Amino acid sequence: MSKTIFSLKERPSVPLEVEVFTPDVIAPLSRDEIRALPVFLGKRQCRLDDFFEVEGAGSDELEIHGDAGRVKWIGRGMTRGRITIHGDAGMHLGAYLKGGTIEVTGNASDWVGAEMTAGLIRIGGNAGGQIGAAYRGSLRGMKGGTILVEGSAGIEVGMRMRRGIIAVKGPVRDFAGLQMKGGTIVLMGGAEIRTGAWMVRGTIISLVPLRLMPTFSYACAYNPTFLRIYAKHLQAMGFTIPCEDQAGAYQRYTGDTSVPGKGEILVWRPHGS
Amino acid sequence: MLRIKGGKVYDPANGVNGVAKDVCVGDGKIVAEVEGGRTIDATGMVVFPGGVDVHTHVAGAALNFARAMIPEDHRRHKHFVRTLTTRGGIGGSTPTTFITGYLYAGLGYTTVNEAAMPILSARHTHEELRDTPIVDKSCLVLMANNEMLLDQIEAGELERARHIVAWNIWAAKAYGVKAVNPGGVTAWKWGKDAKSLNEPIAGFSKATPGKIISALANIVDDLGLPHPLHLHCNNLGAPGNYVTTLETMKLLDGNRAHMAHLQYHAYGGDDWSTMRSESVLIAEYFNAHPNLTTDAGAVLFGDTVTITADGPWQHILYKLTGRKWGNIDVENETGCGVVPYVYKEKNLVNAVQWAVGLELLLLIDDPWRVYLTTDHPNGAAFWRYPEIIRLLMDAQFRREQLKKLPPKALKRIFLAELNREYTLYEIAIITSAGPARALGLPQKGNLGIGADADVAIYNDSKDVFQMFSYPRYVIKGGEVVIEEGEIRKTVEGKGLLVRPTFDNKISDFIRPLFQQYYTMAFDNYPVEIERIEHPEFRPCKQSSR
Repeated sequence: MSKTIFSLKERPSVPLEVEVFTPDVIAPLSRDEIRALPVFLGKRQCRLDDFFEVEGAGSDELEIHGDAGRVKWIGRGMTRGRITIHGDAGMHLGAYLKGGTIEVTGNASDWVGAEMTAGLIRIGGNAGGQIGAAYRGSLRGMKGGTILVEGSAGIEVGMRMRRGIIAVKGPVRDFAGLQMKGGTIVLMGGAEIRTGAWMVRGTIISLVPLRLMPTFSYACAYNPTFLRIYAKHLQAMGFTIPCEDQAGAYQRYTGDTSVPGKGEILVWRPHGS
Repeated sequence: MLRIKGGKVYDPANGVNGVAKDVCVGDGKIVAEVEGGRTIDATGMVVFPGGVDVHTHVAGAALNFARAMIPEDHRRHKHFVRTLTTRGGIGGSTPTTFITGYLYAGLGYTTVNEAAMPILSARHTHEELRDTPIVDKSCLVLMANNEMLLDQIEAGELERARHIVAWNIWAAKAYGVKAVNPGGVTAWKWGKDAKSLNEPIAGFSKATPGKIISALANIVDDLGLPHPLHLHCNNLGAPGNYVTTLETMKLLDGNRAHMAHLQYHAYGGDDWSTMRSESVLIAEYFNAHPNLTTDAGAVLFGDTVTITADGPWQHILYKLTGRKWGNIDVENETGCGVVPYVYKEKNLVNAVQWAVGLELLLLIDDPWRVYLTTDHPNGAAFWRYPEIIRLLMDAQFRREQLKKLPPKALKRIFLAELNREYTLYEIAIITSAGPARALGLPQKGNLGIGADADVAIYNDSKDVFQMFSYPRYVIKGGEVVIEEGEIRKTVEGKGLLVRPTFDNKISDFIRPLFQQYYTMAFDNYPVEIERIEHPEFRPCKQSSR
């Protein structure tokens, strides 16, 4: 299958907003049309080829090379196809995503998959804060789809998320699942403080012990049936979560009772620990 | 100089009903004849006087608070990019200042009345109105919960109360007086509300909401203000509140009064599950009492944000929605609440509200006394007025819309039985000539000789939504500001003012109280006249009483 390849000429001095980096926009265009697409350097409107070398005509598969850590809005609202970023990606990667796959080999910045509704985002390195979150003022964050992070993530992971899965292998910072309304967050490397603050519904799974807020109360230890399905799904994507009775059990905490909420935090405890 | 040729003219102020004739403009006014100059061929179009909004919230601290509270609304709505003639900004429920001017002009509106301004943020309000181009502006100062005034009513010092009101109007550079939930906002500072007209309000032993209403209505009439007392009744939004509204209207016998957003005050039932429309009873009383005018405060389904000085009501609304809530305490003068809200078709209460607004517009016989508003942004944003015009002009379309409501709602409303359809002439009254008359602005809503040359020209089309959404030309003060769907020129609007007479010694009375109770220095409080852009004064008629 043909690809459209973009190579960043040099790291821009200020953030570059490239809202046109989606297969929906690029696929029907010729190479010359792609090169002329508008991008914004600060408040100035420029052409895409002022910053990127373009190879190939439009396709459903985009490849981005170079130091794109300051390139914002890659894959904004895309509905199909695939974007592969060899290197870092800037803020708002895959925001409002409606379908397709985005893969980053390096690190991503804040607001990955913010308010997305479907699709898959996979970050090879670390992610910033507010992944899968609601933008300021919005009532709901991500409503579906999957975000996978191999490294660590920042604050407010899954803030106000409604549905979907976020799985992070490394540690995350404060306020994971802040005001969460549904969906699942899998923390394989633990979290800093105030995990699940104001959560109303949804599930936060941690494979390492967490410092919980006093507004979460202990319910029981068990291995929920639904987790087997989640484990199988995540296993296929290289994320292993335990769910066998022989290995241990999840401590279930409910909260946040200050809201009051019916969310749950499941903390894995292997037998004998 | 300008001649508008061959259009069908609707000028209710002069009884002109769809007559094809020329309208001539010279020096910003309508004139009998012009020689030379530009000619606009308005064949196949209708010519209306520029729209006048009698009740809207477009500037001030509360509105800015709401803007800050709803960034999600700004993201969702249209962004306006700067052009050679216009500034950039955002639309939505609370458009930015410049965009507010463009959007109003874009509907053919040329005069707006900002209906709630505390003096403490009057300077801010006027600064924002300066940045709201094209339209002429007036504003009403909030008085019905002003502690200094309530103290006079408590003590029976009504003469001094009149001087205080007049001083406050001039200090705020206002055009009239607004009363919001009289006594209720003061009571809210004690965590209470004022639900009965005859019970003393919290913190007072004699002052009741009824006394405040009567005193203010008398004062406004005695001062001879061009616009009567602009009254937001007690118990807004509450099921069964039509009783309070009827009592209030009875209390106003012998005074002029404008009943603001009557839709929110015409509910029957005992609670949310039994809430129903009582528009028939309200309209019946209203029809028989020519001392009253009103505006619909109609509701349209969709997202918006509610902003009102009625703090206790906003707290109830927040408890109902569980969404966001903002509360502002405006020292000794008033309060304010902000709650983003979604009116839903499938919600019984919202369905009743939607129907009541339309019912009042259809049941009140005299279009000169009921005006088109949505209490922007409370019922819906003002730029949705064409949707209401369509509902008023097309009974068949109304019936189709009724099918979308929950079947239960149909038993609580009267809309299905109403077959009245507004004519273009009546639309010109409720959007322009009527509100101009209520505001005491004979030069507005009028295409007669000598009136301000504020004109809206629409396609004469069966699709009234399209027709009123996109005027072909809008002329403000004789300048063509909109043409072919583009803003060609952004003229500055005028500030409409009154200067009621008061005893200058009243400031000696106010000053020490002020220095004791306010956070602001007395000398910094009144707004300087230099702050008002192109001020224009309307005379006060001294009362014969």
